[in-house]
Amino acid sequence: MSSVVMVPETGAASRAAQSGGVPFGRLLLTEWRKQIDTRAGRWLLITIGIVAAGLLTLMALTGGELRTYEFFIGTLAQPFALLLPVIGILAATAEWSQRTGLVTFVLEPRRVRVGVAKLVASLLTGAVAIVVGAALAAAVHLLVHLGDGAGDWSLSSGLPGGIALALVVAMVQGVAFGLVLQNTPAAIVVFFVLPRAFALVGMLVAAVKDVWPWIDLNSAMTPLFVGDPLGGTDWAHLGTAATIWVVLPLVLGLIRLNRSEIKSA
Amino acid sequence: MITAEHLTRRYGTFTAVDDVSFTVEPGRVTGFLGPNGAGKSTVMRMLVGLSRPTAGVAHLFGRPYAALPNPGRRVGILLDAAAQHAGRTGREVLTLSALMTGVERARVDEVLAVVGLTDKEAARRVRNYSLGMRQRLGIANALLGDPEVLILDEPANGLDPAGIRWMRALLSGFAAKGGTVLLSSHLLSEIEKVADDLIVIGGGRIVAQGTQEELLAQAGDQGLEELFFDLTASTAREGVVA
Repeated sequence: MSSVVMVPETGAASRAAQSGGVPFGRLLLTEWRKQIDTRAGRWLLITIGIVAAGLLTLMALTGGELRTYEFFIGTLAQPFALLLPVIGILAATAEWSQRTGLVTFVLEPRRVRVGVAKLVASLLTGAVAIVVGAALAAAVHLLVHLGDGAGDWSLSSGLPGGIALALVVAMVQGVAFGLVLQNTPAAIVVFFVLPRAFALVGMLVAAVKDVWPWIDLNSAMTPLFVGDPLGGTDWAHLGTAATIWVVLPLVLGLIRLNRSEIKSA
Repeated sequence: MITAEHLTRRYGTFTAVDDVSFTVEPGRVTGFLGPNGAGKSTVMRMLVGLSRPTAGVAHLFGRPYAALPNPGRRVGILLDAAAQHAGRTGREVLTLSALMTGVERARVDEVLAVVGLTDKEAARRVRNYSLGMRQRLGIANALLGDPEVLILDEPANGLDPAGIRWMRALLSGFAAKGGTVLLSSHLLSEIEKVADDLIVIGGGRIVAQGTQEELLAQAGDQGLEELFFDLTASTAREGVVA
């Protein structure tokens, strides 16, 4: 430690330079960087990549006649919808679990903007994952048909849009659960356990049979992975179930974010 | 520069902060003194919009903190040096703040130099930092936006005697250049050498405030330390954490 103390300036120089508030683009870049600048975030993405590569290899070895491009895409879709939301959960909860909220929310006191930046950053990560997943699937498809030339690149008309929408829904749900619970382990547990516990209720309680398709997100999302264009009833089911499981938690999460007291412990 | 008017914060039936009013002037260092649990941190959180007052208002530059555009460029804040992402390096912590506030990257190196963290230390993850190093990183983060006001909660915690001396020089220098400084402590000895003004809080209420000379005169023969002990002892609560 030097005995000479450097005294910082008191801000006169930057007065002229400062203009309006923090632009959303800068907030978004910051939040996106925060998803990958820690070991936990990076390893989560690497793990998802390894799982994808492993599944594709397994399917390439065992798929036999089925090994079309669509088959490989389909292999990745559901695991991605299950794993990618964890990125959103981490993004949303780190401010509390890592206690960084004390800095984040004094640099941008308009907390809802921070929440929205986390949401958009998570969707961007999801979009990158889709592109990487599609490229991996294409590479494996290319490899297994190098010798036989029997590759099939056709995709069902509803599939690309369906998978993209499913990942958006899952990603937003992850961020929403994170914002509601403000705690990483709790949000992860609830995210994985609650829909399954709910599904049990559906199986066991006969009385809910009729309303079930309207309130169970898992079954409402299934058509998205099939590739057929969704019918009117499918959309209606998806709309109501997503309102309950995604929109409502997101609104509650943003309200809680806006109102809650940010403390260090 | 900083004004608090009748700030009150209740949690259920417990009143953590009770009708607190004060003004912090530019060009001076103001010490915010009180025992653990007296309500210092709650007041500071209310100043910067992290806690909503049950009653009363706090203003910086004449407006609520949350109404300041890009407040990181005007107010430097350190509320808890221990509360930093353990998985990030010190440099990354500052880079994120620079990115968010629009401060140029070169400024990260400047503030690292100001607080005396070497490149090697800045490249280590925060989980490997001592509390003293975390304080230095937190102060660097507060200085990053080249602010006019500093609000620091217990910044001397974990600093060694040399570190405390360094911080005193830094804060008086900052105030001498026209900056506004509010720093809290539960130890008179940490701030009596640097504070021009003192605000003393006990049991959520302000029990004394004024220039250090005024309070010294009030204390008379018994000395400041005894005076503060007397003032805050009657209001001290057992087992209350701010």
